[in-house]
Amino acid sequence: MTGTHLGMPAFPAVAPAFPAAAREAVRDEVLRANLRHATHTIRDKRRRAVAELADWDRLRAAGKAVKDHTLRHLDRYLLQLDAAVTAAGGTVHWAADADEANRIVTDLVRATGEREVVKVKSMATQEIGLNEALEEAGIAAYETDLAELIVQLGHDRPSHILVPAIHRNRAEIRDIFRAEMGGWGRPAPEPLGDDPRELAEAARLHLREKFLRAKVAVSGANFMVAETGTMVVFESEGNGRMCLTLPETLISVVGIEKVVPTFRDLEIFLQTLPRSSTAERMNPYTTMWTGTTDGDGPSAFHLVLLDNGRTDTLADPTGRQALRCIRCSACLNVCPVYERAGGHAYGSVYPGPIGAILSPQLRGTGSAIDASLPYASTLCGACYEVCPVAIDIPEVLVHLRERVAQGGPVTRGGVRVTLRPADGRTAERAAMRAARLLLDRPGALRAAERLLARARRLAPRTLPGAGRGWTDSRELPTVAAESFRDWWARERSDPR
Amino acid sequence: MRAALFVTCVNDALYPRTGIAVVRLLERLGVDVDFPAAQSCCGQPQYNTGYRYETEPLLRRTARAFDGYPYVVTPSGSCAAMIREHYPRIGRKAAEEGRGGELAAAAASLAPRVYELTEFLVDVLGVTDVGAYFPHTVTYHPSCHGLRALGLGDRPRRLLAAVKGLDLVELPGAEECCGFGGTFAVKNLDVSTAMGADKIAAAAGTGARVLCGADNSCLAHLDGLLRRADSPMRTLHLAEILAATEEEPLP
Ligand code: SF4
Repeated sequence: MTGTHLGMPAFPAVAPAFPAAAREAVRDEVLRANLRHATHTIRDKRRRAVAELADWDRLRAAGKAVKDHTLRHLDRYLLQLDAAVTAAGGTVHWAADADEANRIVTDLVRATGEREVVKVKSMATQEIGLNEALEEAGIAAYETDLAELIVQLGHDRPSHILVPAIHRNRAEIRDIFRAEMGGWGRPAPEPLGDDPRELAEAARLHLREKFLRAKVAVSGANFMVAETGTMVVFESEGNGRMCLTLPETLISVVGIEKVVPTFRDLEIFLQTLPRSSTAERMNPYTTMWTGTTDGDGPSAFHLVLLDNGRTDTLADPTGRQALRCIRCSACLNVCPVYERAGGHAYGSVYPGPIGAILSPQLRGTGSAIDASLPYASTLCGACYEVCPVAIDIPEVLVHLRERVAQGGPVTRGGVRVTLRPADGRTAERAAMRAARLLLDRPGALRAAERLLARARRLAPRTLPGAGRGWTDSRELPTVAAESFRDWWARERSDPR
Repeated sequence: MRAALFVTCVNDALYPRTGIAVVRLLERLGVDVDFPAAQSCCGQPQYNTGYRYETEPLLRRTARAFDGYPYVVTPSGSCAAMIREHYPRIGRKAAEEGRGGELAAAAASLAPRVYELTEFLVDVLGVTDVGAYFPHTVTYHPSCHGLRALGLGDRPRRLLAAVKGLDLVELPGAEECCGFGGTFAVKNLDVSTAMGADKIAAAAGTGARVLCGADNSCLAHLDGLLRRADSPMRTLHLAEILAATEEEPLP
């Protein structure tokens, strides 16, 4: 092993606001073609997979209800889960934030004496930057999901929840494998073509070596069952099954919102998650484990329950619905903005519509990127339509826009505070207010319309200030010579 | 039957011909149309940009302007959705913030009486053939709020299909957003333009001469892009096509 760069490059600490980041992506023709092809393929497949179920709407409502109920009684279910996991031989750790979670995991790995871990794809560990934290402690973390492997080998960042390398095409992947695999372990076979089967085989050989050697695995979980203490991972490649069964020690980092009350509740999500994410009737591998079992699977199991902003999010009556998310990524695949802007523009491991409502809640709206994310949507509603737990993403977006534009109450670190409007919005606020004052006085509005109509021949081709955003790419609408109001007064009612 | 026209602020100043078309169309169908002059804007631009408090006076004004009318008809899916979907929310939030139930009551009174034009035609008047004549090839873009928030379904296309002389061609990817999105068009210029460019390319590929829609805000964005590209295609509001007859063709 000669590789030195073992962590996944984290998102830059100061990410640019969404519009600037998206501009780069929109201009990248290869990226746009990759994204368009990939998102359209999966969105069509999803539509067909969902249409097969006559009771889809009821499954969706049931999933929403189960999640809402659990979130309302989250304290109770988490304690029940803790007790069940402990009784089954596991150890439960509670982490308030990313630092605490990283410290717990690092200490647990150190205690085993191992210097490397294999990883199952997990959003929670990406959210807290676990790979970087482990790297700092001199521990190598190997991603074993094919797409995560591509991202890790390419010193890249994930751009999709489910298909983190969606922005890469086959030829790019082949080049990454050839250049990088050798530095991490078993090199890519030569010659290597860009046929998907050949690429998958190269990854399989490379990863097999790691699976058989690893003593410690780190995972997340899609669901945790409170009544039994059972963890559930859905996956497609079998790498998860390897990681979850072969090593001696298994550490799972899971967001507290992933708990469901009973084993029966899984029935709903076993149907809705695969169809929404990979458009499959059932995912190839569903691994469930309950604590530890002598002579079968890992002999030590640690569950790290992660808060990291979730309790604060739960305190907000409108925003909390984001915690229902089961990370299926259907909303990304139908989002016209994601399709053009790509995942990296969202400046977070959570891209697309769900990222736009989750990141500004988990991290707060203080940074440029987080204050711009609620505006990274046309509010077209395609995300809400496909969401298997019926998160009204447009509603939350508008709610978060309010938080940015007007300020208001918010919970940070368990403390209720009142936010002031975000900086740099003085001009916008003044314009909104002026427009409202005018619109609230039809007499004045009529005078303004007449003035505009008289000046319409003078209309410039480009507008100054914020209006430039319109005229940079489009012609202005022509102002009518006579407003509707005036036409009506002239034609249909007594002249005034 | 008596109905009030909610023309919307965009149509009032920029597309009066759409408002005039609605008046002609409804009068032709025997509706007694009124235009309460106290109306102005539903407040959607303020609300969707995050200025809920600035929206409240406009909610109050709009509710008062249409008080007592059994039907309020508007040629804009997104303004209808604003009133039906968001007014009750604004009222509820004001009440939660301890500012009384007045806005909620105003919203609850107005919301169920508001109809988007095609809903009013198909559901209330029960017509799909409105006696229109428009001898051109047309493709239809269903704007998102009409499509998803109101669930207009195939009402607009059924109305168009019944127009004499009109050749309706399917728009590929019709249900994808055009990229307008209110202030999104300005705040996220690049993505907005990329979405709009894909939409007009899809429309051009149909061979249609006219790109029809039921929301002039989306059409202003698409028309702006078409004109910047010197395209021969023109955009038209559905109401203008439905108002056109053999005797009185589109001006
Ligand atoms: S918000 Fe809904 S559609 Fe998007 S990833 Fe989460 S569950 Fe899936």
